[in-house]
Order: sequence, then structure tokens, then C-alpha cells
Amino acid sequence: METAPKPGRDVPPKKNRLQAKKKKPRRYWEEETTLTAAGAFPGPSGNKKRNRELRHQRPKNTNFPKKSRISRKPQLPKKSRELRNPEPQRSLSGAQDPFPGPAPVPVEVAQKFCRIDKSKELPHSKSKTRRRLEVAEAEEQETSTKAALSQLLLVEEPGFLEGEDGEDTAKIRQADIVEAVDIASAAKHFDLNLRQFGPYRLNYSRTGRHLAFGGRRGHVATLDWVTKRLMCEINVMEAVRDIRFLHSEALLAVAQNRWLHIYDNQGIELHCIRRCDRVTRLEFLPFHFLLVTASETGFLTYLDVSVGKIVAALNARAGRLDVMTENPYNAVIHLGHSNGTVSLWSPAMKEPLAKILCHRGGVRAVAVDSTGTYMATSGLDHQLKIFDLRGTFQPLNARTLPQGAGHLAFSQRGLLAAGMGDVVNIWAGQGKASPPSMEQPYLTHRLSGHVHGLHFCPFEDVLGVGHTGGITSMLVPGAAEPNFDGLESNPYRSQKQRQEWEVKALLEKIPAELICLDPRALAEVDVISLEQEKKERIERLGYDPEAKAPFQPKPKQKGRSSTASLVKRKRKVMDEEHRDKVRQSLEQQAQKQEKKAEPTRARPSALDRFLR
Amino acid sequence: MKVKMLSRNPDNYVRETKLDLQIVPRNYDPTLHPFEVPREYVRALNATKLERVFAKPFLASLDGHRDGVNCLAKHPKSLATVLSGACDGEVRIWNLTKRKCIRTIQAHEGFVRGICTRFCGTSFFTVGDDKTVKQWKMDGPGYGEEEEPLHTILGKTVYTGIDHHWKEAVFATCGQQVDIWDEQRTSPVCSMTWGLDSISSVKFNPIETFLLGSCASDRNIVLYDMRQATPLKKVILDMRTNTICWNPMEAFIFTAANEDYNLYTFDMRALDTPVMVHMDHVSAVLDVDYSPTGKEFVSASFDKSIRIFPLDKSRSREVYHTKRMQHVICVKWTSDSKYIMCGSDEMNIRLWKANASEKLGVLTSREKAANDYNQKLKEKFQHHPQIKRIARHRHLPKSIYSQIQEQRIMKEARRRKEVNRLKHSKPGSVSIVSEKKKHVVAVVK
Repeated sequence: METAPKPGRDVPPKKNRLQAKKKKPRRYWEEETTLTAAGAFPGPSGNKKRNRELRHQRPKNTNFPKKSRISRKPQLPKKSRELRNPEPQRSLSGAQDPFPGPAPVPVEVAQKFCRIDKSKELPHSKSKTRRRLEVAEAEEQETSTKAALSQLLLVEEPGFLEGEDGEDTAKIRQADIVEAVDIASAAKHFDLNLRQFGPYRLNYSRTGRHLAFGGRRGHVATLDWVTKRLMCEINVMEAVRDIRFLHSEALLAVAQNRWLHIYDNQGIELHCIRRCDRVTRLEFLPFHFLLVTASETGFLTYLDVSVGKIVAALNARAGRLDVMTENPYNAVIHLGHSNGTVSLWSPAMKEPLAKILCHRGGVRAVAVDSTGTYMATSGLDHQLKIFDLRGTFQPLNARTLPQGAGHLAFSQRGLLAAGMGDVVNIWAGQGKASPPSMEQPYLTHRLSGHVHGLHFCPFEDVLGVGHTGGITSMLVPGAAEPNFDGLESNPYRSQKQRQEWEVKALLEKIPAELICLDPRALAEVDVISLEQEKKERIERLGYDPEAKAPFQPKPKQKGRSSTASLVKRKRKVMDEEHRDKVRQSLEQQAQKQEKKAEPTRARPSALDRFLR
Repeated sequence: MKVKMLSRNPDNYVRETKLDLQIVPRNYDPTLHPFEVPREYVRALNATKLERVFAKPFLASLDGHRDGVNCLAKHPKSLATVLSGACDGEVRIWNLTKRKCIRTIQAHEGFVRGICTRFCGTSFFTVGDDKTVKQWKMDGPGYGEEEEPLHTILGKTVYTGIDHHWKEAVFATCGQQVDIWDEQRTSPVCSMTWGLDSISSVKFNPIETFLLGSCASDRNIVLYDMRQATPLKKVILDMRTNTICWNPMEAFIFTAANEDYNLYTFDMRALDTPVMVHMDHVSAVLDVDYSPTGKEFVSASFDKSIRIFPLDKSRSREVYHTKRMQHVICVKWTSDSKYIMCGSDEMNIRLWKANASEKLGVLTSREKAANDYNQKLKEKFQHHPQIKRIARHRHLPKSIYSQIQEQRIMKEARRRKEVNRLKHSKPGSVSIVSEKKKHVVAVVK
């Protein structure tokens, strides 16, 4: 009774059809016993049998994963996925799995974790190498889907701010936000009134737990800004140009009027680095342990803080340098110049890696987002532009601001903050990987003094603003990455954890020579030197060891391989090869001619008649 | 206005008491882990350096023999037991965990030429220069009993090697001819010859158990099928092969240790071209043994070193030597694939780790995970010049080092001459012979 086929599935499975064809002679009692067995135990056993049969059928309503480039062998995990029954499978107890099959992975999330460029074709290589590449690619695909699945485990949700229908979020004041949010978040908004010591620069540590600020008139302080516990407060009795935490909150670099000084978290001066003088801006590359200084004298200096050596001192040959930012994706330094260009630097090169003409006047501020995709620049021409750093360095978006922005900062989730006079504007994009749209600001805030420093706090929805009147900590919902990685930078880490992290980080210090525009270049095949090596090898040996051997016909059956037929077969292969060659060269010639013809058509000239 | 601020509860991120484990939330988002490739590269570099730092392969030296160690045999059932035969006719049984000799037998007069254990591990066979084959019990004699062989077979000629069948009570000896014996009989079941020269070693195939391979001093390697009375086929090489060893995982693959400093891995089905020529030794290769995984083998050489070769690579991955180790005559890879034993001229048996930098003993799961991760990283970045240089570097004794230099010059000169000949002769009349084909003289069926 259970074995009656469903109306939709009346096509018998292949296996059954085969069995029907070759019917084995059977004794009458055999037939009967099987029938009675099926009839005697209705319910689960009968169902199970049907399920087993159906499993061999191809499920109609499942969408198969896209055919991968690896065509020859279907990989094992995929195969099992294909074969799995779309219908809920019943266990012995009769319970059903409400979510059969593997968990679905959204495509865009899996894309984020994908490390291989699928658009590139696999190189034409030997079968052994090719197979290895294919296996590696399949493994890679599996890991990326697994990593994408692990996103389900993330606990925190990012913040947001939405106006009710028609309400402009830019009109919402900080006081309103503070009133609306919980106490813990409201405590993150504060103002430090420090009118005495002039405009402030500020910096958050990498975990986002500590804040350091330095005033023009020598006031330097660090505090645990979440608990508001002051760590140290000193006056260096000298103008402070910039301030920056080194790899942990225990060390602090301060660019003073003459030299660069390094203090610890108690305010004790550890080093005075006289080789870096008249420093205007500081940057720290945490994975390379490099402190980068830009000076009035036009030098860009890379100081390795783990060994205390200057790795490179580059002359930018562009006068005073006071606009600098790092690209967090590839550790390239972006310098803004007074002639409107932004130049990209790495310590391995004496010349800039690239120069981008951004503005008509000088460049006032530069910022690069955390994925290294977008660069925001503002210039003396009051423009704010957003550039795409992938490949062509083209401007994506430009907007003229009434005053022009003097300071720019990107948040972890891609919000762009600009300080214009005493106003801070924040723009937001559509998602995490999209450039901020410049139409409508997301938030604005007016301060009690002119902005002098902007920094988004990592892992907190807070923007720190240093200005002439002190420090303001602004609430910017949705600015920060909600889920931190405990092994990378943990705001809640203990002292022991910090010490262990420090040792690990020092062991993994990336050499300065590896800084280049594409940080993944190290994992790619160096085709140029490979070909060079091959050429040298051929020269050394006097012949090409990998050259294709001339065709040798195999001896066939007795009597069939006369000398004439052998020669004929050989001839045939040779002719075919020759034809291929001719065909290829003809195609190439045609392409060349097309290329030649195009420019002449575009601009005809009287001299064209002499062209051959 | 709808607003939500990011607000974390510290209780979810900080452990409650000091006895708890620290909470480490993970997020695998690539933007939070920048510089993935350069950091992995640095990790791989560190792992490679550490591997070289911890490369201390030498474990122990077993001394006690009063003459050079001529042959070694593994116990098929006990990992800790090893048998060795010396040039003065003495056979010793060793316990590797205690690193002590547990039994000594004066088995023969003159050399012990060959030693092999029965597949069940209850007895073993020796052959010697006194033209005898003797079977011994593995356990020592009881109190008051005399040390005597179970059986003794007196032969007409000197036997130079012996090997036991892997499943049946049959063994093979070699000398003037290859003899196949039933354990119960005193005369061979069959004897096979091809040519007139003395045969130096005979080996049973561990998978296709009726197959045998032997090598003779007239430069050839002969394959036999036990089921028929005549040999199957033979391949003649440039120089004499000292011994062969069958791959324990691939039935048709065997490796031959040759006098011309090279090892040749052959596919039994196509003997005209070796699958791989393994060259790194600077003197005659005397013995070879496969790892039980069948992926690697170890070779012992007259140049006072042993080398480990991957099956598919022509260069060795490891070389072991010590100041005191003289010409290495025999070598064995233990059945757990972790250790290597070698017996040498200066009367010692040495125990080495197969993987020089491996940590011995029980590993914690974190150690194991770190080890696996480092291994994968080393594999991923193995072709980077810096890493390759460090991973490949081996300190060599001066004699071997200078020999390598010398041989490189000789090889270069030979190659130059070949190229010149090619250049100055009629196109097509001189062809380049590949290194693989160069050493095979003929295949006879």
C-alpha cells in the first residue's frame, strides 16, 4: 500500500528499470515473502524504502551549485550535497529534519571570503600541476563557504540611526541621541574643556580602549576613555604637532616642535629621536612596527620601533609635508602636496609608487578607508573628492563644500567624517563596501572651537574630535565594526593577553620591504622571473628540455605497419601541425592589420598613402 | 528617530573568575585581518628557521659488535626488536627502547651475509660465508640449553643474501643462483639462473608475494615469478646494482641502489626507462629501504652518509652523517615510519629520526595543531627563495662537500662536450639522450 507511486513521480528510477529488463527467475515463495514483509510492517519501514529509492533520482526542485571551472572531477563534498534528498529525511523515530541539507550561504558573504580571482583562467600547465591547482582551488572554495557560515555565530549587530519618514538625520542633535540611547552609550559622549592649551590632536589605540591627546601648547595626556581613568598627564613644554600610540597603549609617540619623543603610559620619556626632527605628522603601521614621520624638511622617515632603526628616509622633494595618512589595507603612505597631488610611498622605493593629481589647489587632507578601496581628499579648492584606489585611481564622487574640509577620517564601516571650521559633517554610504554618498550628510555637529584632529574610535560608535576648545567625543551610530576578533585586537583583553599578543605580533613582524600596492602579490606566481629562468636554462643546456618531441608513429599490428604507412602517418601529423601554425600566424597578421588600420581611420592624413 | 548604538555588555567578553578560560571571540572578516599573505609568509619563514634549529636527528648508537655490521633485519611484530649480523659471524638482537643488546649468537664462521625474519616473528634465518643457511628461534634458549639453530642447511656454494616470503613458509637465497626453499626441506624447491654471475641480493615483493627481484654483479636486475621455473625479465644498467627494494605500497615499483652513485626507481612494467633517477650520493650506494608509507626511501652509501629521498624527487630531502660514522653498509626504515637504523663499518648501529625536527613523545592538541599549521605554511611558501634557501641548507662534511663540487665540474664538462657535439654535427644525427634513458643499457625478456 505504501509503495504506490505518487502522481508526480511516476517515472521509475533508472535502477528499477534495469531490474525490470533483466528479471531474475524467482520462486513463488520468495515473491510472497517480500510482499508480506512489506505489508506486515507498514509505516516507517515502507517509507524508508521509498526514500532510498528516491534518493537515486535527481531532485527536480533543487538548484545545483554553479558549475565550477573544475570540470573533470566533481569534488566529494559537492557530490554528497547533490545527492542529498530534498525531502526531509526520516529517522528511525520518525522525526523529521526541518532544515535538511547544508545551511545556505549567501553569495555576497561567500564572495567576501573568497581569495581567488575566479575571472582569471588557470594557467596552461602540466597535468600534475594542474590537478594540484584544482585541488587547491576546491579547498579554497570550501574554506570560504565555511568562513561565510561562521558569520552566523557573530553576536553583535551594528548600530544605526534612522529618521522617521521625511526626517533628516543630519538635523538630529547629539543631545537627542544621548537622550535616546542607553546609559552606557550616553556615557560615551563627553566634552573635555581644555581651552588653555590650544587645538588638540588625538589618537585612539588599536583596541579602541585608550585615548591620547596632545595640545599645541604642550599638554599631553592619555586616558582609558571608557572608564575615564587618567593614565598620565604631562606638559612637554614644547609645541605638540601630532600624537600617536605605538603598537600597544603602553607606548606613545609625540611629535614635538624639534624632535620626536616616545613616552610610556606613565608619562616617562623613553626616547628622544633626534634623527626625526621638525615632524608634522605621525603614522604607525602596526603590522610592520614602523613609525612613519613626515617632516617640515620634506623627508618621509620610517622608524622601526621594534629595533629602533631607521629603515628608510625618503625625500619627497615636495617641500613641507603636513598631510599624511596610511592605507590600512596595504600599508602604503599617502602624502598630500601643495601642488594638488597625492603621492603613494613605500619604504622599499626611493620614488613614489604613484602620483595622483587630485585638486587644483593644494591638498588639505587625505583619508583612506579600511578596505583600501576608497580615498577621500579635500583641497584648497574647497572640493571633497572620493577616489577609487583599485587600478585606475579615478574620482568616483566630488562635491564642493562651502568652506572646504581641513580634516578627514574614515570609520571602520566606511563612514566619512570631515571637519570644516567648527563643524563636523559625517557622510554614510549604502553598505560597508560602498563609497559614502555625498548628497546628504548623515550627521552634523557644531563644536565650540575649530577642528584640529579627527579620529574614529575602533570598535565603538564614537568619533573623537580635537579642537581649539578641547576634546569632544561624538556619538555616531553605525560607525564601528561590531564584532572584533579576540586574537587581533581585543578591547577587553587582560594584561596577560596583551603581553602574549605582543610577543606573537613581534614574531610576525612583516619586513618593511614587503610593502607594495598589492599585498597579495607575494602569493602569486612570478611569471617574469620564471620565464627568464627558463630562457637561461635553455641557453645553458643548448636545447629546450621541455620541447615537444617530434611525432613518432607507434608500430601497429603485424602486417599493418609497413614503412610507407608509417611515413604516411608521420606526414599527416606534420601537415596538421604545419596547418595549425599557418592558421595562427594568419590570425595574428589580421589582428595586427586591424590595429594598424584603426588609428589611420581616426585621423586621416595626407601621408597615409605612403603607409604599407 | 530610531537609534541604536553599539553597546557591548562586558560580562560577555571578560571571564568571571580567574579559574575560567579567557573569552576570545572570533570574527574571520578579512578586513579585520589585513596583510594575510605577508603575515603568513613571515610565519612560514619563522617555521622554517625553527625547523632547522630543532633538526637534531641522531638518537642513539648501539655498540657491541666486534666487527662491521653487515646486515640488519626488522622484527615483523615488535617495533622495539632489531636483528643485526656482523662481519665476524655474530648475530645480535637489540631492544631499541632500552637501547641494549638482549641476545648474542655466534651464528657463522666468516661474514653473516644475510639475515631475515619469518613473517610470524617466531624465528629468523641467517646465511653466512660458511655456505650454510641457519634458522634460529627468536626467543633465547631456556636455562641450561645450548644456543643452537633450529635447522641448518649445508649448501654447495656461498650464499650472499636471503629473504623470506611475506605470507608462506618459503624463503629465497641467492649466490650463484636464486634458490627458492620450502622451510621443511633441505634442498631448494627450484633454482633459477640467468647468466653466470654471482647474485648479491634477492627480495620478495611484499604485495604480489610470488614476485622476486634480484641483482647480480654482471650489472643486471632480474625479476622472477615464483610460480614458474624461469626468470621473467631483466634490465642491464651501466654499473652494478648492489641491492633493490620493493615499494611496500605500489606493487610494481622498486628502487635499485647502484654503484654509479645513483638510485633508480623502476616501474616493473616498463623497465626501459626508470621512473626517476635519484642522485645526490658521492660514492657507491650500498643499501636502500622504503618507508612503510611508500612515499620515501632511505639509502646508505659508501660516502659515510645516509640520505632520504622522496619517491618522486631526484634530489634527497635529508642527509645524515656524523664524524664517527664510517661507510654505511645497511639501512632500515622502522615499521612505524618514524625512525631509521643504519649499520656501518665501525661496528655501530645508529638510530635516527626519519623527520629530523620532529618532537618525540606525546604532543598536546595545541602543539599538534600548531605543527600542522606550520607544515601547511611551509608547503605553501616553499618556493620562495628565502625559505627555499633555509629549508635546503645542510651542513656537509668536508669530504662530501668537496666531492660534490668536483663531480659538478665533471658533469658540467660532460654536458658541455655533448652540447658542442650537437652543435657541430649534422642536424638530426646526434640526439640528446635524457638522464633517465642514459643509464639503461638493455632490457631482456
